[in-house]
Amino acid sequence: MNKMLRYSSLTKKYVMALAGFFLMIFLLIHLGINLFIIPFTENHQDIFRDGVHFMTTNPLIKAMEIFLFGGFLIHILIGIILQIRNWMARPIRYAKANNSQGSFFSKYMIYTGAVILIFLIIHLGNFYFVKLGLTEAPEGMTRVADDHDFYSMAINLFSNKIYSGIYIVLFILLGFHLNHAFQSAFQSLGLSHSKYTPFIKAVGDFYSIVVPLGFILIPLYFIIYY
Amino acid sequence: MNIKLKIWRQKNAKAKGKFVNYSLDNVSPEMSFLEMLDALNNKLIIEGDEPVAFEHDCREGICGCCSLYINGTPHGPGEKTTTCELHMRSFKDGQTIVVEPWRSKAFPVMKDLIVDRNAFDKIIAAGGFISIDAGSSQDSNAVLVRKEKADEAFISASCIGCGACVAACKNASAMLFVSAKVSQFALLPQGKVEAVERVQAMVAKMDELGFGNCTNTYACEAVCPKGISVTNIARMNREFLYAKIS
Amino acid sequence: MIKLDSKIPEGPLAEKWTNYRASQKLVNPANKKKQDIILVGTGLAGSAAASSLGELGYNVKVFCFQDTPRRAHSVAAQGGINAAKNYKNDGDSVYRLFYDMIKGGDYRSREANVYRAAEVSNATIDQLTAQGVPFAREYGGTLDNRSFGGVQVSRTFYAKGQTGQQCLLGAYSGLLRQIGKGTVTMYSRREMLELVVIDGKARGIITRNLVTGELEKHSGHAVILATGGYGTIYYLSTLAVNSNGSAAWAAYKKGAFFGNPSFVQIHPSSIPVLNEYQSKLTLMSESLRNDGRVWVPKKKGDKRPANDIPEEERDYYLERRYPAYGNLVPRDVGSRAAKERCDAGYGVGDTGLSVNLDFKDAIAKQGKKAIEDKYGNLFEMYEKITGINPYEEPMRIYPSGHYTMGGLWVDYELMTTIPGLFAIGESNFSDHGANRLGASSLMQCAGDGYFVIPNTIGNFMSGEIRTSKISTDAPEFEKAEKDVTEKIKKLFAVNGKQTVTSFHKRLGKIMWDNSGMSRNEEGLKKALKLIDELKEEFWKDVKVPGTNDEINQELEKAGRVADYFGLAKLIVTDGLNRGESCGAHFREESQTETGEAKRDDANYSYVSVWEYKGDEQEPKLRKEDLNYEFVEVKERDYK
Repeated sequence: MNKMLRYSSLTKKYVMALAGFFLMIFLLIHLGINLFIIPFTENHQDIFRDGVHFMTTNPLIKAMEIFLFGGFLIHILIGIILQIRNWMARPIRYAKANNSQGSFFSKYMIYTGAVILIFLIIHLGNFYFVKLGLTEAPEGMTRVADDHDFYSMAINLFSNKIYSGIYIVLFILLGFHLNHAFQSAFQSLGLSHSKYTPFIKAVGDFYSIVVPLGFILIPLYFIIYY
Repeated sequence: MNIKLKIWRQKNAKAKGKFVNYSLDNVSPEMSFLEMLDALNNKLIIEGDEPVAFEHDCREGICGCCSLYINGTPHGPGEKTTTCELHMRSFKDGQTIVVEPWRSKAFPVMKDLIVDRNAFDKIIAAGGFISIDAGSSQDSNAVLVRKEKADEAFISASCIGCGACVAACKNASAMLFVSAKVSQFALLPQGKVEAVERVQAMVAKMDELGFGNCTNTYACEAVCPKGISVTNIARMNREFLYAKIS
Repeated sequence: MIKLDSKIPEGPLAEKWTNYRASQKLVNPANKKKQDIILVGTGLAGSAAASSLGELGYNVKVFCFQDTPRRAHSVAAQGGINAAKNYKNDGDSVYRLFYDMIKGGDYRSREANVYRAAEVSNATIDQLTAQGVPFAREYGGTLDNRSFGGVQVSRTFYAKGQTGQQCLLGAYSGLLRQIGKGTVTMYSRREMLELVVIDGKARGIITRNLVTGELEKHSGHAVILATGGYGTIYYLSTLAVNSNGSAAWAAYKKGAFFGNPSFVQIHPSSIPVLNEYQSKLTLMSESLRNDGRVWVPKKKGDKRPANDIPEEERDYYLERRYPAYGNLVPRDVGSRAAKERCDAGYGVGDTGLSVNLDFKDAIAKQGKKAIEDKYGNLFEMYEKITGINPYEEPMRIYPSGHYTMGGLWVDYELMTTIPGLFAIGESNFSDHGANRLGASSLMQCAGDGYFVIPNTIGNFMSGEIRTSKISTDAPEFEKAEKDVTEKIKKLFAVNGKQTVTSFHKRLGKIMWDNSGMSRNEEGLKKALKLIDELKEEFWKDVKVPGTNDEINQELEKAGRVADYFGLAKLIVTDGLNRGESCGAHFREESQTETGEAKRDDANYSYVSVWEYKGDEQEPKLRKEDLNYEFVEVKERDYK
């Protein structure tokens, strides 16, 4: 901890960006599996369960899980450290709020981040801790072989309209977070070029809309069809 | 026109400051913002009050002295403008203008609207130079520099050290200032020799002085009176990364 | 009695500097460490000198009134810096640069100093380039040049319209490097208010800490002034509003002679006075005249918008009067020509006190992009201030106070008549005669700082190696401090009704009207009287608010204006004495039939050197005769 504080601000930014990139890739894979909750093919349930099975049993993925948690932890921890330092850098605030132009979403990263963190904890409570056996699976769930029945759990959760509503709002906020995060990570790592940066920004916009939208489709499906 | 002013008044660095309201008549749209303040001060002096202290010198946008945070924007409305280049035609009759000093831990207020920007000098002294003693240079044309690079270096070098970037940044970060200097030298062959040491020394000093971090909000770029781009920050990130891993 | 000894080295012109350096005394590195040098002012000359002297190993203490050295007004020089590199292969040489300066200065400068300035110009460009100054380049990677007024070669190096800023930042970075190393100690937000002379030698200064108001005593083995010019005596000028002549004035009163005080350059192109509140006139670089054409309507009082006036009804008066140099005549000539047209009723704008500077032809020929590349920031600046887009409409310009060729008299070593007191850059009188050519100010400042003073100061310092640290307890320090305290008390004590600025404005008007672009005996005599009256009124009715022990910008201004009354009189007295027209000094009594300046070499081929004799006494005039050994003195002709 102490050592982390002593790293230069730029080093912290690199770590922040790299962890962020890693999380963005994870998010993409997560979305890929989640989408199979929606019955757009006949065997979508099987694919989903296979996916879950693979993700929960493959030793390589299991190893990656450690990195993933590390990534989350570092991203959150450094994010907080940087934010505190940033608040300290302006002990007396302006009377008139700053209205300078700039990246809008970047001003709220710590807040969107904090909300995502809260969701993450709930989400872990719902799924991951169940898997670890730390929490009981909700009632009325079937178990298929040794695999935890995430499919049933998901259906169970999404049938709750309030949960679905919160879930949708949350992913909109995640979209905000990602919109700034994507191009910001490139900038932090110094990957900027007059020719390519507009393209990166466009990809960032695309990613930050499509990925959250993908996640949102699932509760939407449940709201509409159930 | 008539202008209502709400100006931060603070006796000295230790005193507690407060906003004071003023009303000023006969403001001409042709006046520069500083000339409007001159008129206010003139009035205050004659009425036996203390004039508002603010920094200014060249009054043509190049010295970097002026440092007013006007209605929520460093140097006030208008793109690529310093306070001294801002004219009253940018405001409406009867408008209230809130004038504050730069706010940053690294730029403490000294009096009224004057802040101490000595931190910038400390960063330059840490490494913002090319180590060349007078007398030891070779012919200027012995090293060729691609025009595009020289022009880019010029834009980075055109920073006037006013500190608007710090003032605008929600984190009071000095990254644009530091990166502009790092970039200028990184772009020129003369500066490459010490590039690795320079960027590390300057970043370390910047961190030490209590500036915030860059969160890529780009408010700095939006208010920079010289239009210095955040691509400089990216370049510094690159330079620093290279310095750390090499 | 102090003898005027310019200490010009023996030998042919081209060998003088080499001979000097070969024979001057040196101080060994171990002794340099024990010697303190005080340097006031951190413009290009001051910063360059401070870093160079620091590199040599002296202990240098540097003072500036701004918050940081980088703000000094060298930052505002726009167009460029000259050097005799002959990169353009257009016939340039050190001699040609020297000759242009001598001629441009209307044969009123000292040959040896000017030659040296030209000689070190090349090394200066190399030094600045090596420091990372991003001068404009050609596509092949070599440095680009442009042309400036009064010359027929392209020898001006530039960084868009911000050459001064870039040069200063180069020197500043060198200075900060030395500060980081500890060889130079920086004292910012300090204003020098008095010079301390002990046993006839300059040994220290009294400064006011502009934050706490505390008076501080600083001692050194030598004192260098790099405090710039006194152009703000006109109130409205192209200078920074805080630029002032107080340091030079303090030195003058302590026994440093003043050279050619009346030689003040009025720059032909600045944004004209637009309203009564105006606090400053912004320069529009002379380099604009490379591509811009100056004109007024042929018809008197023609109030049509510039673009509506057809080509055949425009009077390109510079091209008409001076076909050889056209729009690129030297500044004094250009300024007077503009004044002549406006006085005759051909001026444009609401006030009739401006002329057009038109880029229409250049844009048509080279394209907007090319013009933007060269002058983009100047065009932007113009539009911000006036609200007029110069790509569409001609700029309107008018002359304004800009640069003071006059200054503290110095010898070849840049030492004043007080041993141990040196003056460099604009604060001395030496290199520009009666008129400075464009882009030679940065050249002189950087040259003085990097290459001249580090070489010449050794001669004096070598005599001081046995002098131990100068104590600030000496009675001379006490006395100087007391004098300053009293002056400050006196300023507060007046407690009148008028602001300092109102006095400054009135002084400026007296000077502009009577001792500006054009002068005559009657006006000058009137000015002397008016200045005295204004000074008396100042000391009866000025209001300095606040206290001494805080940041007090009004007090700072008051001290500077108070000093300006004396300096103004000195300028006028000098102008009155010089009955000829030369360079920027135009005496109406001395002109040709066509209205050109008429020089009088028989009677005035000298530097007027003034000695302070007391506030109420007339200063004493001495003459440094200018014997031109190497150039033939001719009529200055730009036709």
